[in-house]
Amino acid sequence: MSEKYLEIRNITKVFQTPEGGEVRALDDVTLDIASGEFFILLGPSGCGKTTLLRSIAGLEYPDSGEIILQGERIDDKPPYDRPVNTVFQSYALFPHMTVGDNIAFGLEMENVDKDEVAKRVEEALEQVQLAGYAKRMPSQLSGGQQQRVALARALAKKPKVLLLDEPLSALDLKLRRGMQVELKRLQRETGITFVFVTHDQEEAMSMGDRIAVFSQGKIVQLDTPVEVYRRPVNAYVADFIGETNLIKGTVVSGGISLPGGNVLPTDQLAADSVIPASGDVTVAIRPEDLVLATNGMISGTVRDVIFTGDSVRVHVTVGDVEVIASLASYGTEIPEQGSKVTLNPEHRAARTVAS
Amino acid sequence: MTAVTTPPKKQAQRGRPGQSSPKLAYLPIIFLAFAIGVPLLIIVVYSFLEKPSQGTGVKWVFTLENYKALFIQEKLDGTTALDTRYIKVLWTSFYYSLLTTVVTLVLSIPVAMWIATRDARKRNLLVALVTLPFWISILIRTYGMRQIVADEGPIGKFLGIFNIEWSILYSPPATILGLIYVFLPFMILPIYASAERFDFRLAEAAYDLGAKRMTVVRRVILPSIRPGVISGIALVFIPALGSFLQSDMLGGGKTNMVANVIANNFGQARNWPFGSALAVLLIVLTLLFVLIMQGAAQRRGDKVELV
Ligand SMILES: Nc1ncnc2c1ncn2[C@@H]1O[C@H](COP(=O)(O)OP(=O)(O)OP(=O)(O)O)[C@@H](O)[C@H]1O
Ligand SMILES: [Mg+2]
Repeated sequence: MSEKYLEIRNITKVFQTPEGGEVRALDDVTLDIASGEFFILLGPSGCGKTTLLRSIAGLEYPDSGEIILQGERIDDKPPYDRPVNTVFQSYALFPHMTVGDNIAFGLEMENVDKDEVAKRVEEALEQVQLAGYAKRMPSQLSGGQQQRVALARALAKKPKVLLLDEPLSALDLKLRRGMQVELKRLQRETGITFVFVTHDQEEAMSMGDRIAVFSQGKIVQLDTPVEVYRRPVNAYVADFIGETNLIKGTVVSGGISLPGGNVLPTDQLAADSVIPASGDVTVAIRPEDLVLATNGMISGTVRDVIFTGDSVRVHVTVGDVEVIASLASYGTEIPEQGSKVTLNPEHRAARTVAS
Repeated sequence: MTAVTTPPKKQAQRGRPGQSSPKLAYLPIIFLAFAIGVPLLIIVVYSFLEKPSQGTGVKWVFTLENYKALFIQEKLDGTTALDTRYIKVLWTSFYYSLLTTVVTLVLSIPVAMWIATRDARKRNLLVALVTLPFWISILIRTYGMRQIVADEGPIGKFLGIFNIEWSILYSPPATILGLIYVFLPFMILPIYASAERFDFRLAEAAYDLGAKRMTVVRRVILPSIRPGVISGIALVFIPALGSFLQSDMLGGGKTNMVANVIANNFGQARNWPFGSALAVLLIVLTLLFVLIMQGAAQRRGDKVELV
């Protein structure tokens, strides 16, 4: 993305822990977010996602670095002076106000006139499909509905950037799927830039235009979902995004020697794989990229067969490691436990990754 | 007494595990009913009886004279005139109590908020400090107060250095100071109880939505601690209205509150029926106040329990 809308420049934030130690929650983070983008911050618990979001909102002040929105520095401004709003993980609805008053609150702070407030509250409620709920108290709503109100409250302000901190994590799976689709639609319709925090890689891939994968306060990879999935920069990303077999091997002439005496020819690896002249490498192969073959390149013994409905997962012991192949549940002959099988990587999707 | 709570979330309201049997509550309820009901009944009955021509006690003759005497004075020449003495005493009590309530409220909100934002260990310590005065008898504390505010006490001595005259003992300011001192913990504790439960993420959400500091306090924090504020007002204003010790020991009898007049009628003045009538009036006014508070709380959707 070339267009600069929201720029995060070398943000660092160190927390002092009560035990006297230090936590580097954000470590020199730099990234650009384009206007109208659905941007995902993805990473495991404690990697600094919330800290970055709160820094953009103004609820946390970074130790160093700059945050620039449309060419203007905002990192030294208080939260109420930033055209940015947040949907909190805990929803943080005001319990003593009705749904309508909750949404109106932010508009009243901008001195929007009364009729306009009423109109925009109505509009926001319609956007989240809660028309007619204005008079309810938050405690009279289900978790999913409260979540929508929190969304409506932030959307009603028409922010330049909407920050969402794991907004769906408290919802059950089905509701969550529905909300994912709805959020995506809302983002398209409003054209508002979304910065969405999640630790769920599936959610990240299905929703994001781009994903920044975090680890310990640093961005490890920043790319589109397809790229992050297909071309993980290292073993950490490969393992965190989707499921991957990470197999350690050694470079030999014409290929990579894998456990159990198997050799994977170089021409079977992704064309852009970086293969050193010699030494140890890690090969990443997605389970769905492995197929059963009669004379395949990787031979082993079936240890477990697990039927999951749409696929069959076959755990194969290859030398001293276990490799998982995910096979289509129809049209494939399912091997028996204990039988000897051989596997082939398909589509040249296997690749070497930095460990 | 009123206790205010925000309406509980729609949860199981009966038969929760751990809920004790109502039988255990019977004994104290019966005791309380007896201890409150019987004296109340006696007071009400006495207030409609005549005073015996000699000695204390009552004469079993029905009369409304005691109530009339609260407002009307019979002169020696037989004419009657409006008697404002007792209205004034009531007004003084009301005014002192109101002042005490307002001052303790203004002092307590920041203190309670401050305590509520400390970490758990400090919080417990600070709450213990607030309750520390309860460890010492109110009588002793009021004696202590008398030493402090005395003309020759520490304040007086200190101000004397600057040639500032200090003489408030046995005057209304000393009474009011005594009331504020005694009732301050009763305001801080319920407000703290509410403030402690306040979810500070709500304040962050308000900031995020564009509210400035004072708006956050006014529109988010204060409404959230309102149950505690209402409880505090009730816990301070009502007992202050009937307080006796401060005006007696610090006000020096010059500034009588209604409880002093009532006590005097049961004591030196030996007019039990009139003292009873004044007590009934005080109870009625207190009840009126409770009802007003309850109305105010209910309009805002809080649940108020009246005992
Ligand atoms: N106020 C604070 N004081 C001390 N340490 C903090 C504070 N806030 C966050 N941290 C630490 O900073 C690190 C990053 O926290 P952050 O909340 O940003 O993580 P996160 O990526 O949002 O995690 P999660 O997915 O669990 O929400 C963590 O190690 C956390 O313990
Ligand atoms: Mg977080």
